[in-house]
Amino acid sequence: MSSPEPTVGLTRDEMAQRVAADIPDGAYVNLGIGIPELITKFVPEGREFIYHTENGLLGMGPSPEEGQGEPELINAGKRQVTALPGAAYFHHADSFAMIRGGHIDLCVLGALQVSEGGDLANWSTGGPDAIPAVGGAMDLVAGVKLVYVITQHCTKKGEPKLIESCTFPLTGAGVVNRIYTDLAVIDVTPAGFQVLELSPGVDFDYVQERTGAKLLDRSTLSGT
Amino acid sequence: MIDKTVEDLAIAVGDITDGATVMVGGFGEAGSPIELIHALIDHGVKDLTVINNNTGSGEVGLAALIKAGCVAKMICSYPRSMNSTVFPDLYRSGKIELELVPQGTLAERIRAGGAGVPGFYTPASVGTPLAEGKEQRTFNGIDYVLEHGLCADFALIKGKCADRYGNVIYNKTARNFSPLMAMAARTTTVQVAECVPAGNMDPEAVITPGIFVQRVVLVPDPAHESDLVRQGVSYP
Repeated sequence: MSSPEPTVGLTRDEMAQRVAADIPDGAYVNLGIGIPELITKFVPEGREFIYHTENGLLGMGPSPEEGQGEPELINAGKRQVTALPGAAYFHHADSFAMIRGGHIDLCVLGALQVSEGGDLANWSTGGPDAIPAVGGAMDLVAGVKLVYVITQHCTKKGEPKLIESCTFPLTGAGVVNRIYTDLAVIDVTPAGFQVLELSPGVDFDYVQERTGAKLLDRSTLSGT
Repeated sequence: MIDKTVEDLAIAVGDITDGATVMVGGFGEAGSPIELIHALIDHGVKDLTVINNNTGSGEVGLAALIKAGCVAKMICSYPRSMNSTVFPDLYRSGKIELELVPQGTLAERIRAGGAGVPGFYTPASVGTPLAEGKEQRTFNGIDYVLEHGLCADFALIKGKCADRYGNVIYNKTARNFSPLMAMAARTTTVQVAECVPAGNMDPEAVITPGIFVQRVVLVPDPAHESDLVRQGVSYP
């Protein structure tokens, strides 16, 4: 039976490492702000990813050494970064042509909610006092070839983030391909949430109890 | 002889009038033309519509322009940032209008405006609250929303280097929206850290050709927003 311990599952670093393991060599990747940024620490041996930041840089490198940063070399989160050998700068219309035009292979975004139909809500809780701010998220989910979400399985209050339909305003409808959480790796399929992998020490029922929609396990895979 | 350089910042912004639409370059502090914005505050205008990705931080630059009561409406994608309180406070009390636009749509609307394209269809925002009330059309089975090009009376941008013809190159990620805004505004003013004699700039390296620029003003050692915010500067 499942354990009620709240400390089971992957850490944020382990989640990021798990995503990195699935990114193919040579991929052009856009990482959202927050947990997605941790992925840069875990590029698997022998692979090279090229990071795109929508404010106009391909070939983004790690944060600069203390005191070496430049206020005009920043990422989409407005943090100072570096440019790797082979990097390129460009203006915003070119940057979003890369995104909308399907040239970016993969983006990894955070989420407030994901629905079983692949709807993503990650920009606003819709609260009356909230300052609405969307940034580039709607363009990313509309144009990038693969949209991966990395998120804790539940909110800090223990409410499920993977649900039948989103209650928060959408970022995009039917756009998420795969979700990496502390508890599982889950594909969004036409039939719903398909569990691909459970984190060590976690069983299917444990994840189902913490998900607001029906999960499909491997036994429900038909044919192949 | 063509010479687009102007003597000082006050001349550079001196004909911006109440109610004008002004595009302001920059993404966060990268590319923010702080000295031009401060000159605009000194010039004293109201009821501006300002187009920028953000709404500034601290009480300098764009945030100071908003705080000084010069801005009636912001068109932007991300009006929240670290150290950003001026816009959120005014917005919550209903004293400033906001048109929220997805970032790529904002860039393309400006590019389209500058390119003589009145509208275009984009997949971004379909199925979200930001598409409500907008015309939609399906191409090859995919839904798109109609967005309109954006033009402006003025653009205030920041470059690294220019010549008297108004050819501009930028500094790293400070380029962002500025080349698009230069195209979309009737009068574009660029502040640059360096002016070079015509012929000293490699034509292959020019990012904004001078046809899109009307005024060049030299600001040899521009301030960085984060430095001013850290020092607690409040402009004026």
